[in-house]
Amino acid sequence: MADRADFPDQAMQYAPQLYSAAMRLTRNSSDAEDLVQDTYLRAWRSFATFQEGTNLRAWLYRILTNSFINTYRAKQRRPDEAGMDNIEDLYLYKRVSSLDTALGNRSAEDTMFEMFTDDEVKKALEDLPENFRIPVLLADVEGFAYKEIAEMLDIPVGTVMSRLHRGRKGMHKLLYDYASERGLVSNAAAASSPAGAHSETTTDTDHA
Amino acid sequence: MPDCNDTLRELELFLDNELSESARQEIHGHLEGCPDCLQAFDFHAELRMVIAQKCRNDEMPAGLMAKIASCFGPDYGSDGAVEPVTDLADGPAVG
Repeated sequence: MADRADFPDQAMQYAPQLYSAAMRLTRNSSDAEDLVQDTYLRAWRSFATFQEGTNLRAWLYRILTNSFINTYRAKQRRPDEAGMDNIEDLYLYKRVSSLDTALGNRSAEDTMFEMFTDDEVKKALEDLPENFRIPVLLADVEGFAYKEIAEMLDIPVGTVMSRLHRGRKGMHKLLYDYASERGLVSNAAAASSPAGAHSETTTDTDHA
Repeated sequence: MPDCNDTLRELELFLDNELSESARQEIHGHLEGCPDCLQAFDFHAELRMVIAQKCRNDEMPAGLMAKIASCFGPDYGSDGAVEPVTDLADGPAVG
């Protein structure tokens, strides 16, 4: 059984990352602050139930996401999942690689970080419907395994996988849309079709 | 040996480190001989890193650590430190 006196020392180090995650969930700093504080309060109160030797960080994220789902979701429901389907596989890749080709094959290393602004990436994640946003956040930002996410959200691993698959595609499309609005797609690139490297998997029509 | 379609279908599981060792080896084998698939995998690995970096760089509001610490009771200081308060100006006179 975990000793509550150890909790602050062990748990406080995760506050900055929990705050960032809370920002992606609540999408505003005031609710994010409340959510993090609430998470620590709940964790502190129930620390005796935390099994020592298991993953404290995962336990805190479980409390964070459940607290969000139970408390904050009610007042900002956004069940709109329209537009999440019928996004082709490799949506962003096909478009960006054709962009790279048009601009003369810049190295991905240099450009990917600069290709999208911080705000665009955050907004693309935050604009996903919650059912998809939470698994994508937990997997792609926080690095949790399918099994851990399934336990945190109390859903089967297969559901985690399908939500990740659809959520990532949705996020990549939003990312492309936001970057395009800013003018990422130059005339040269827009003129070339998003052919992609793999014609056998290409099912898209050009509608950039 | 998986072909391009088989390989691309496993892209997410591969990048998520959720493939069995033998399946992982097979994908590796294909990627070694297929620059197109390798490029797609590299792109998504890089994209994943960029997304992770850009989505977790929010700066915490100044007072948040102190607010969290206040959950733990009076022993944890209002200065946000995890240590008990030792500020002589505010604390009870000791010694």
